Amino acid sequence: MSATTTGRLRQARRMVRLPAWGVAGRPPILAAAVCLLIVIAAIGGGAITPYVPDEADFTAILAPPAWSEGGSWQHLLGTDQLGRDMLSRLIAGARISLLTAVAAVVAGGTVGVALGLAAGYIGGIVEAVIMRVVDAFLALPFILMALAFVAALGTGVGNIVLVMVLTNWARYARLVRSEVVSIKQRDFVALAQVAGLRPAAIALRHILPNVMTSILVLAVLDVGRAIILESSLSFLGLGIQPPEVSWGLALAEGRTYMSVAWWLTVWPGLAIVMTVISFNALGDWLKAGFDPRGRL
Amino acid sequence: MARFILTRLWQTLITLLLLTILIFILARLTGDPTPLVMPSEATEADRNFFRQQYGLDRPVYEQYVIFLRNVLHGDFGISFRYREPAFGLVLAAIGPTLQLAGVSMLVAMLLGLPLGILAALRPGSWFAAAVRSYASLGQAMPTFWTGLMLIAAFAIMLPVLPSSGYGTPANFVLPAVTLGFYASASITMLTWANMTEALRSDFVQMERVLGIPRRLVVLKHALRNASLPIVTYLGLQFGLLLGGAVVTERVFAWPGVGQMLVDAILNRDYPVVQAAVMLTAVLFMAINLVVDLLYAVLDPRVSTP
Repeated sequence: MSATTTGRLRQARRMVRLPAWGVAGRPPILAAAVCLLIVIAAIGGGAITPYVPDEADFTAILAPPAWSEGGSWQHLLGTDQLGRDMLSRLIAGARISLLTAVAAVVAGGTVGVALGLAAGYIGGIVEAVIMRVVDAFLALPFILMALAFVAALGTGVGNIVLVMVLTNWARYARLVRSEVVSIKQRDFVALAQVAGLRPAAIALRHILPNVMTSILVLAVLDVGRAIILESSLSFLGLGIQPPEVSWGLALAEGRTYMSVAWWLTVWPGLAIVMTVISFNALGDWLKAGFDPRGRL
Repeated sequence: MARFILTRLWQTLITLLLLTILIFILARLTGDPTPLVMPSEATEADRNFFRQQYGLDRPVYEQYVIFLRNVLHGDFGISFRYREPAFGLVLAAIGPTLQLAGVSMLVAMLLGLPLGILAALRPGSWFAAAVRSYASLGQAMPTFWTGLMLIAAFAIMLPVLPSSGYGTPANFVLPAVTLGFYASASITMLTWANMTEALRSDFVQMERVLGIPRRLVVLKHALRNASLPIVTYLGLQFGLLLGGAVVTERVFAWPGVGQMLVDAILNRDYPVVQAAVMLTAVLFMAINLVVDLLYAVLDPRVSTP
């Protein structure tokens, strides 16, 4: 195998064999609970928020959290500069974060898997073309790539979802292609060919299921990365736009009031960190269980 | 070896070419730049003259060839906003970005290498557990939040450091710690894993059986064997820091390429966007190429098929 940079990186990651990680031992219950909570918040959305997330209340501007001085139990986590309830905004933000993450993972993953499968199974010129395009899409750190797409496509929920897909598919294609190339050599594939199965059937019914666990692990580990990307773009003013709510956007808006209202920047940040840590822990646990040799 | 180098160069070249196509397509997606460039009182004839001059009236593939030729000459057009060559503007901003990335890298190494080595020497201890928590926190904290929290702590609550600006050593502290903390997480884990592997290896076990002092074994032999992948990874990490710098620069108003790129996108200043993306990409790919080639020189197993 040629030692391309991507190969190098993978090799570097492979060597991150964690000593005493509790290999696939205890499931990360706390992390799973946090993930579940975020998913519930995302599905519930506006239906479970105590207030309408973007409704201003000028009688309760910059109210501190309930337990600090001047706070009230009306607004558990306080309110922002327009009197909007922070807890409601966090719950609404969970929906955007998870929506963009799921889009990146599911849609980007599907495109990437399909192309990776084609490249690995067909080989030859098809493989060469697809893999060079993959290299081009991975030629930049992902935040820069995302910014290049935002510059062309614009901001807003729909465009950000598209940007997430465009920045994400190539890594799936690379993973699937490298797995397919080795699976293709195995006896059962030769047998299927001898039995006269069509190439598409072999690829989909016999090769794909063998790659599925790797894809699943990559997908779970990807959720955290996607959430950070969306919140970074929104923080820069190049992602989700008001009146939509996003954790990164809330942070950018709260920044101006940092010296008088710490809760505007602390809560959204904590929400991001807790979510990302939880999904990463879940992904690491899956990886230890499904991918003991560390191929991912 | 020569073959490996040639293949790698060839791949890089193709990737770069494809990247120019990608950037060209993205630029065309944004539509006709004429109304953005020309004053509103320009006549239709003026507009057509502009289109003709920039080749916007020609077929797409011809436009691409013109674009490619200009890019090779470092000509990305004139910034719509500053009325100056876009490439020059970006080139001037690359200095501060490289400085920030360099200092951050230093911070990341000073944090990550010792933490990783010490954790490997004390498997199963509370220290190792703490290092693991540190690394997972570092990977999960978005740099913009780390930056804001550092500003809150050291510029607002305890006003000892500047929250923004560029020029004095004090200006480096918060941005470099922000970015360095983030990069230190993966360096820690990688160092830890490689040190563990080296300590487990037969020759290190052997030396310990022979009674060679532990300190000597660790520092001289285990570390040396663990260092090759670590050094490689450090090179790649530097490239990634260029990306991470975009957000950090924004938080601390650092006058680098990232800040310029974000401003250019917000102001629809496309020549600057293209120049910034292209220049960063070339830099990033060059670093990766050098790292790969160095690795091949240091570890001959890589280049022999």
